[in-house]
Amino acid sequence: MLYREVGQYHTNYRADMRIFPILQDRIGILVILAIAFLGVPLIGGSFFLDVVATPFLIYALAAIGLNLLTGYTGLLSLGTGGFMGIGAYTCYKLTTWFPGVDIVVWILAGGLAAAAVGALFGLPSLRIKGFYLLVATLAAQFFLQWAFERIPWLYNNNISGTIEVPTRTLFGLPITGATATPVTRYEVALCIVVALTWLASNLVHGRIGRSWMAVRDMDIAAELIGIKLLPTKLLSFAISSYLCGVAGAMLVFLWYGSAEPTVFSIDLSFTILFMVIIGGLGSLLGAFLGAALIHVLPIVLRGVPPALGLNIASSTVEHLNLMIVGALIILFLVAEPFGLARLWQTGKQKLRVWPFPY
Amino acid sequence: MTDASVNVAAGETLLAVDGISLRFGGVTALNDVSFDIKRGEIRAIIGPNGAGKTSMLNVINGFYHPQRGAIRFRGQNLTRMNPGFAARNGIARTFQNVALFRGMTTLDNLMTGRALKMNRGLFWQLLRHGPAMDEEIEHRRVVEDIIDFLEIEAIRRVPVGRLPYGLQKRVELGRALAMEPELLLLDEPMTGMNLEEKEDMCRFILEVNGQFGTTIALIEHDMGVVMDLSNRVVVLDYGRKIADDVPAAVKQDAAVIAAYLGVAG
Ligand SMILES: Nc1ncnc2c1ncn2[C@@H]1O[C@H](COP(=O)(O)OP(=O)(O)OP(=O)(O)O)[C@@H](O)[C@H]1O
Ligand SMILES: [Mg+2]
Repeated sequence: MLYREVGQYHTNYRADMRIFPILQDRIGILVILAIAFLGVPLIGGSFFLDVVATPFLIYALAAIGLNLLTGYTGLLSLGTGGFMGIGAYTCYKLTTWFPGVDIVVWILAGGLAAAAVGALFGLPSLRIKGFYLLVATLAAQFFLQWAFERIPWLYNNNISGTIEVPTRTLFGLPITGATATPVTRYEVALCIVVALTWLASNLVHGRIGRSWMAVRDMDIAAELIGIKLLPTKLLSFAISSYLCGVAGAMLVFLWYGSAEPTVFSIDLSFTILFMVIIGGLGSLLGAFLGAALIHVLPIVLRGVPPALGLNIASSTVEHLNLMIVGALIILFLVAEPFGLARLWQTGKQKLRVWPFPY
Repeated sequence: MTDASVNVAAGETLLAVDGISLRFGGVTALNDVSFDIKRGEIRAIIGPNGAGKTSMLNVINGFYHPQRGAIRFRGQNLTRMNPGFAARNGIARTFQNVALFRGMTTLDNLMTGRALKMNRGLFWQLLRHGPAMDEEIEHRRVVEDIIDFLEIEAIRRVPVGRLPYGLQKRVELGRALAMEPELLLLDEPMTGMNLEEKEDMCRFILEVNGQFGTTIALIEHDMGVVMDLSNRVVVLDYGRKIADDVPAAVKQDAAVIAAYLGVAG
């Protein structure tokens, strides 16, 4: 099928302002959704769902969260891991107190607590930016991780210091805990991620998204136009942290099953940041591409030597992994700062005018 | 032309600056400057490099806070403006070195200019339906009219960072117009333009002033442009006001000629 927009005229602004104005793109999205909802659970086995698909969705959501803050609003943060932790611990406390309420409600509510904490730690962003803001969010990260380790109340005074995810059902079907099947957890994660991605996409295409980008590109001019800097930045922190918080709760409840405080360490912050950078700053699609590359590539690489009949020690494979991912990050920073998403856009543009060079 | 300028000069004062002094450490950027801008006029501010013209605009829209002096806008007495207040009260501005949102498209830059007039909250923005969409479309119409007016239809979807300088200046004017300002401050809108682009820009400025009745304060180095466009001219030199009159009189003024010759010589 040809990728062309010839003959697709928009006769009103509503049609022109659609997020996917080109028909082929809309069909493409529907196909992807059908594959994600039906194809993946049918074809992918338990291993694929638990190790590849569900984690990919969760990382992508966190990457969208960070991308709203860093890619769209231009505010750097290394607190992602901490904000994800807030979501997870809040969800855990809430489901402990109110076991009868549906767990999906508490996963989404966990994000609200993260949003509040994120906005609080975002307050310094009015005065400081760039490197100094990075350090401020780093402090938030360390403080939160300290709290997760040192406040036993957060993990219900459990001797091991971990969150143990209880079994919770939805319409009689277990969706968290040991008895929940990989397919159920995957489908729940997919529903949440699709819904929140849709909302995030609406947001960035409207007034609020434009005000974020304006602050990112030239905060002085934004102020002059009447955009209030502090509320705009705080809203970005809050919504970014909301998505990260939900992703954190999903990480524990739909993927890990139990979690120690170290899960929400600075490593997690960096992982999400790399996904955003490689995927593309200021692109929601990029968050998915970045999550796919950073999470899925190592799994594939691990599978390559055995598949080729090579007998390489697993520690060597891990080192190779780190080197390849590290090299990719540097390559992207140097050659394509807008990441995979920009490569995708360029490719699409070429396809649109093919066979002419431009 | 003379009739029009007489009428305007007799009109109501929109903005008056009174005894403004602004210092940066040892540098006196403005020294006891007073003048007024009447509703509906094009008021030029000229002077040699470093005379304090940009500083004056920065004081008017609240980027700089003068050590002394007062500003009266629409009869309201203010010791100092702040950028948000200026924006909400209908003062828009373009910059000497273009201050666009470089990563955003022309369309988005202009839509951002409507920020103050759009107020649908987070809930509807999340859904991008109903009232939020209606509001978006309503403002898109206004913005498209400005795009037509400035003849920038072809670059609607181009990120402005990739546009040539002349077009960027035009988009920046568009963003200021999207605010539907009462007072428009233009800081050298024609520098770096070729003759044709300058002519276009002059036409836009005259039309904005003539059709929408927007009051304009214009900084410009090109004397021909100033003589053609403006109703009255303020001349600054080393932060002091050395002349304030209609263009024909300013051109003859001995102090002005000396200031410009001093720079040339
Ligand atoms: N933020 C600042 N800090 C320190 N000095 C400043 C600042 N802004 C302006 N100045 C000084 O104030 C004086 C007036 O500068 P201004 O930019 O207002 O001049 P101008 O008339 O706009 O000149 P040009 O024609 O070159 O644009 C200059 O001496 C300049 O160095
Ligand atoms: Mg200047």
